[in-house]
Amino acid sequence: MKILVCISSVPDTTTKISFTNNSTEFDKSGVQFVINPNDEFGLTKALQLKEANPGSTVSVIHVGSDTSDPIIRKALAIGADDAIRINTEAVDALQVANEISIYVKANPFDLILTGKESIDHNGAIVPHALAEILGIPSVSPCIGLEIDGSEAKLTGIVDGGKEEFSASLPVVAGGQKGIVEEKDLRIPNMRGIMQARSKPLNIVTASGSASSQRIANFDAPTPKAACKMVDANNMEELVNLLQNEAKVI
Amino acid sequence: MSVVIYIEHTEGTVKKNALEAASYAVKYAEKTGDTAIGVAIGKVSEDEIKKVGTVGLSKVIKVDGHDYLNHQKVAAILAEVANTLGANTIIFAGSSEGKATGPRLAIKLSSSVISEVVGTPSSTAPITVKKKCFSGKGLANVELSSDKNVIIISTNGFGVHEKTVDCVIENTSSTASDDSIKHLSFDRNTEGVSLPDAELVVSAGRGLKGAENWGMIDELAASLEAATACSKPVSDIGWRPHHEHVGQTGIAISPNLYIAIGISGAIQHLAGVSSSKTIVVINTDSEAPFFKAADYGIVGDAFDVVPKLTAAINAAK
Repeated sequence: MKILVCISSVPDTTTKISFTNNSTEFDKSGVQFVINPNDEFGLTKALQLKEANPGSTVSVIHVGSDTSDPIIRKALAIGADDAIRINTEAVDALQVANEISIYVKANPFDLILTGKESIDHNGAIVPHALAEILGIPSVSPCIGLEIDGSEAKLTGIVDGGKEEFSASLPVVAGGQKGIVEEKDLRIPNMRGIMQARSKPLNIVTASGSASSQRIANFDAPTPKAACKMVDANNMEELVNLLQNEAKVI
Repeated sequence: MSVVIYIEHTEGTVKKNALEAASYAVKYAEKTGDTAIGVAIGKVSEDEIKKVGTVGLSKVIKVDGHDYLNHQKVAAILAEVANTLGANTIIFAGSSEGKATGPRLAIKLSSSVISEVVGTPSSTAPITVKKKCFSGKGLANVELSSDKNVIIISTNGFGVHEKTVDCVIENTSSTASDDSIKHLSFDRNTEGVSLPDAELVVSAGRGLKGAENWGMIDELAASLEAATACSKPVSDIGWRPHHEHVGQTGIAISPNLYIAIGISGAIQHLAGVSSSKTIVVINTDSEAPFFKAADYGIVGDAFDVVPKLTAAINAAK
């Protein structure tokens, strides 16, 4: 089984977000970039499936410039067999999905794993868009995935609960915590790090997919009005505020 | 030109965030000079659909049949309807269904797609909308340069703007479908109130000191008919089940009320709850960062305050 894991590079979860250049750019100074946490769940799932299906391979793909090479090497150190970097800045979700789809059409895979969303753009667009472009099924967020030959069973989060689907490979699954347990997430060990240096990292020319969106500028989040403090001994007042002022109960 | 709004329903009722999305569509169409038209598919009564009349949506196309729907089927049907209507904008609620359907529909229609949108266009040439980014720590003003756009709004980001009109329903049918993904089973979130869809949530963290102290949290939740949630540390050490963990690597929720008890308010936790309409924080530490993100704050001992709050809620019923 040929498995492809799509990874993006994001500011780590503790980053204090600020903007620069008249708020037209995200301020990258001092920011530590990591593999998008949701993608890591997909990567571990891919490695588990590879081990359960001998003869399988796990490739990682990333759309970005060479500043992302450290996180791509980390994915190789975690256990992927080879990597592909499509050499262009990731500008918007559809551009990324298009670039990946062009590579996949020339190099087919049986299973494509992504993260359900990236923690910087929060689009949740790539998994479904990529699948639609390729004309294959998608389940995202996906919290369960079993492969039996050429059939997949996928558990997705839907409104009100979880739905189990079946589909023939190839499919796209957008992973998150739950597709594997957090305690089972793979991390690089010394051997992995050494091996990563010689695993293939293929730089591929981008096709130049157009972008249909442009971030004009950023704003800080709308600040909340000052917190109204309520005396700990006056819960009747809090209930009153929640009923009559906030109108939430 | 039409602005189409997909009206979601479940078990015969129009979903809560469907009204917010319909309200957004009406306001969007006012800005761009288009006509807003709703589309509902499948098993829902006309009386239910007409609720969108309370937010100013005066026309809904009801596609009959299709008792079972998933995101791929809906995308196929909506593509057909959108093309028939000559729609240039299709709007979805920020539900699981909306977020899964929107991107697939955008590819079918060769349109752009944007999600977590919190406002109607600030400009119409080009269409510019504001969306949440960096897990709630930022907002981006995005210019859309394509002729057609799919817009997925951020739940509780726009709100419901009341405007009563008569809603007229037009029936139609569609043979569009997608059977490449087959339904096996549906597992409803049944433990109490389902957390991802809950309007009221009571959440607690390390300040509770031990798993055995959660009884008072359950009682507060019961008094409000609320769902329960927790912070990452207490889910990691097993005091609470994993599905209750809200945060950047847990689930993101958008309730009307989020009560946080004994949770300090780390950035990663806030990322999961920043879409909440009203946040109440109860903490012994007056310096807890969560107070900066709260609407109402109580500095006090949870073991004192929580039972008193439950009593006050029950007394007010």
